[in-house]
Amino acid sequence: MSKKHLVIVGNGMAPGRMLEHLFEVTDAYDVTIFNAEPRVNYDRIMLSPVLSGEKTYADIIIHGEGWYEEHGITLHQGEKITEIHRNERKVLSEAGREVAYDKLVIATGSNPFIIPLPGHDLPGVLAYRDLDDTGAMIDASDKGGRAVVIGGGLLGLEAAAGLKQRGMEVTVIHLMPTLMERQLDTAAGYLLQRELEGRGIEVLCEANTKQILGKDRVEGVELADGRVIDASLVVMAVGIRPNVQLAQEAGLEINRGIVTDATMKTSDPNIYSVGECVEVGGLVYGLVAPLYRMAKVAADHLAGASEMAFAHAETPTKLKVTGCDLYSVGDFAEGDGREDIVLRDAMRGTYKRVILKDNKIIGAVLYGDVADGGWYNELLKSGEDISEMRETLIFGQAYQGGAGADPLAAVANLADDAEICGCNGITKGTIMAAIQAKGLTTLADVRAHTKASASCGTCTGLVENVMALTLGDAFQLPASEGMCPCTPHSHGHVRRLIKAKGLKSIPAVMQALEWTTPEGCAKCRPALNYYLVADWPGVYVDDQQSRFINERVHANIQKDGTYSVVPRMFGGITTPDELRAIADVADKYEIPTVKVTGGQRIDLLGVKKEDLIPVWADLNAAGMISGAAYAKGLRTVKTCVGSDWCRFGTQDSTGLGIKLEHYLWGAWTPAKLKLAVSGCPRNCAESTCKDIGIVCVDSGYEVLYGGAAGLHIQGTTKLGTVPSEEDVIEVVGALTQYYRETGFYLERIYKWADRLGYDHIREVILDDLDQRKAYNARFAYAQSFAQVDPWAEFVSGKDAHEFNPINIRKLEAAE
Amino acid sequence: MNVQAKTWVSIGPLTEIPRQGARCVKNGDMSIAVFRTSQDQVFALEDKCPHKNGPLSQGIVHDGCVTCPLHNWVISLETGAAQGADVGQTATFEIKIKDGIVLLAL
Ligand SMILES: Cc1cc2nc3c(=O)[nH]c(=O)nc-3n(C[C@H](O)[C@H](O)[C@H](O)COP(=O)(O)OP(=O)(O)OC[C@H]3O[C@@H](n4cnc5c(N)ncnc54)[C@H](O)[C@@H]3O)c2cc1C
Ligand code: SF4
Ligand code: SF4
Ligand code: FES
Repeated sequence: MSKKHLVIVGNGMAPGRMLEHLFEVTDAYDVTIFNAEPRVNYDRIMLSPVLSGEKTYADIIIHGEGWYEEHGITLHQGEKITEIHRNERKVLSEAGREVAYDKLVIATGSNPFIIPLPGHDLPGVLAYRDLDDTGAMIDASDKGGRAVVIGGGLLGLEAAAGLKQRGMEVTVIHLMPTLMERQLDTAAGYLLQRELEGRGIEVLCEANTKQILGKDRVEGVELADGRVIDASLVVMAVGIRPNVQLAQEAGLEINRGIVTDATMKTSDPNIYSVGECVEVGGLVYGLVAPLYRMAKVAADHLAGASEMAFAHAETPTKLKVTGCDLYSVGDFAEGDGREDIVLRDAMRGTYKRVILKDNKIIGAVLYGDVADGGWYNELLKSGEDISEMRETLIFGQAYQGGAGADPLAAVANLADDAEICGCNGITKGTIMAAIQAKGLTTLADVRAHTKASASCGTCTGLVENVMALTLGDAFQLPASEGMCPCTPHSHGHVRRLIKAKGLKSIPAVMQALEWTTPEGCAKCRPALNYYLVADWPGVYVDDQQSRFINERVHANIQKDGTYSVVPRMFGGITTPDELRAIADVADKYEIPTVKVTGGQRIDLLGVKKEDLIPVWADLNAAGMISGAAYAKGLRTVKTCVGSDWCRFGTQDSTGLGIKLEHYLWGAWTPAKLKLAVSGCPRNCAESTCKDIGIVCVDSGYEVLYGGAAGLHIQGTTKLGTVPSEEDVIEVVGALTQYYRETGFYLERIYKWADRLGYDHIREVILDDLDQRKAYNARFAYAQSFAQVDPWAEFVSGKDAHEFNPINIRKLEAAE
Repeated sequence: MNVQAKTWVSIGPLTEIPRQGARCVKNGDMSIAVFRTSQDQVFALEDKCPHKNGPLSQGIVHDGCVTCPLHNWVISLETGAAQGADVGQTATFEIKIKDGIVLLAL
């Protein structure tokens, strides 16, 4: 009985697995394989360990020569198929060999995508796909120097880690803001970046490669922003494309990949396809797990009538870099009805996030502690309702102690001498005894009486659990004492830890302080952004998306969605030219309301968002800058006419006000900051209800602060009297800086002073000359970065997208 | 929305919308806010808060929601529904990304 002839194009992991299945169920076929690579079937996944030196080629062979002999397979190594003649059921190889088939399997895999940048074809520019690429990288690494890896995805990072292990300097260039953004959320991407940087790999995110430099071989890479990085090796790992050319030329149905039905059959009933070249159910795949399922389905159908069908399932991603443990599976994008459970352990550098919808797991992202990845994936696949174990789900499988799983159980099981508060050495027994003996009911009481959680505060949750355990229903676990529902940490804690731990980005803060949401909320993000701006001048880059709209567009949003624009008038002094320019702008842009403000300047109300830039451009041209009337920052310095004009004036209050405003403008502060300078105690500039007020007297200048005249009315308190204008400026700079460094976001200066104590502030800012000078110097340093007119920046094109609506470009066919 | 007469229009590349931000599309008198999340998902809502018509496009985007800049209602990007204790809903539009281009169903 003559066997049917099965021909396979491509000898990768997918058809290899398919043949194993096939031979288990039938021996109906004679098999011929053509493989463009001059090799047997090897484990492509394991190229990374080969690159890093942890394995050799011999270790990763899946089917040795013997296997092909044993199964009577004819394997043409290094021989590519160039044509398929479907009518005659024949394939033609580049060596001119013609082979007829009864069934054909196309398994051509995929091709690495090469960005056609200038220089992409220079020697020394490699992809990362097969053993030859790996060998070439190893050879290049022997010569040392720097490798630039373009692409911060799975392959790119494995290449980077391997090359680093081989002793090269390595830079990774990644277009997106975080690494592996398709598999990891921002928080995990940040952790991964930190880990790689810790190993000495340089990571440049949001970096776009412009061209590859070099004459006879690669010498470097130039980025779009002009930076040039020297390189003796460039690895491009920016993605793969299904290799469909052969199938396409044969006239098979192609979309992104070779289209098959769920039985892996292509549009030609005698041709099947498996592997990365396939598109099934509208999807293409790049990990072996689904390819192996394709292999099984195809084998079953080749063997005879079969019911087996390919079905989509989520495949987890792992990174094969020793020591970088990450795991992600399923859907972790945002969406409605989705809930996140987040657990961060800053000490161990771990991050776990499980995404739920309708009480089912739909995704998980784990970093550092991946032990439960498989378990979450099982729950995801089975679609099990997790409401029963919701409270303990994030702690992992080990905590699902059958019946009665309870978040308090872990605490209940602790021995009495177990230490709850590490800072102060307070045990569970001590806390329980204090609660009972003294009738304590609040966390503040417990802190006061036992010191538990009174220091670093990381044990607050534990202390609360002990309270809940001791007091039973009498104790309500508080929603949170934190700055917002995303964190149990108070503003004070957060500020202190940002400095203590040197945290310099929002993701860094969220990780180190164990935020319970992936991205924070509209309460904490602006606060964190302010703290980072204030604490790391010149280092931290302001995150525009974490600012309220007024600060983002540097104008005040009004109740109808239009904006008001207020140009700065230093000290309330203007000129006919400025007034003329303002009048022209009001006419030109049909601004409905022009109003004199309480802060001695002019407010243009009702400006349409798309007019903001031209309005600013016109005002800029007349020499005016933004008055920051929107800012949690310096607003105005109001003055009276003082000794220049007024018969009571003791000093040049106007001149001092102008100097102060020139010194302070552009500063961000926890809440808005308004000043006034009056020329004598008659106080015409209303200095005594300002955040900081100056009253000139014969002997010098009284510096007052902590006034309020909003919902709450309060007169100022005197900080002290200083003899000269220079002293006023120094004291005001120091006071502002002290407030900037220790104030809580949205806390006005009077509340801040109530909290810190007026005496204390006087000691630091007025009495202690060294401290005064130090605070003022830090203020001046920060100002060197802050005094940039935002209008001018926007007018010159920054963030143009903020202001113009998108136009509808073209109509697509109706659906 | 009118189901029969749905037309997909192109509003340009995804990259022209800032991450964790939004842009507006004018459709006649109506303004539609197109949001892009940190994970590069897109959503489209009428640019009107169900509370007092605040421009949602100007809010802070976080975890699948936008916080209205006027009085801090939190609106779901996917359904347009106010979250928490607040009640109200903003109209949503179908939107998708194809080859890096954002398409909006009008
Ligand atoms: C470095 C690296 C690390 C990876 N790590 C992982 C991982 O951790 N986990 C995971 O799941 N996946 C990983 N992958 C992906 C995985 O290796 C692939 O999904 C899988 O190998 C694809 O198998 P395939 O059979 O579809 O194609 P391939 O293995 O690409 O095989 C296709 C073969 O067909 C040959 N061919 C192409 N055209 C012709 C033609 N016209 N005639 C003859 N022969 C032809 C090619 O030479 C090639 O040998 C990794 C890939 C790489 C490169
Ligand atoms: S505060 Fe004194 S100096 Fe200034 S305008 Fe009034 S009276 Fe004159
Ligand atoms: S007083 Fe009230 S109504 Fe008037 S501008 Fe201030 S906040 Fe608005
Ligand atoms: S208009 Fe949106 S919260 Fe009031």
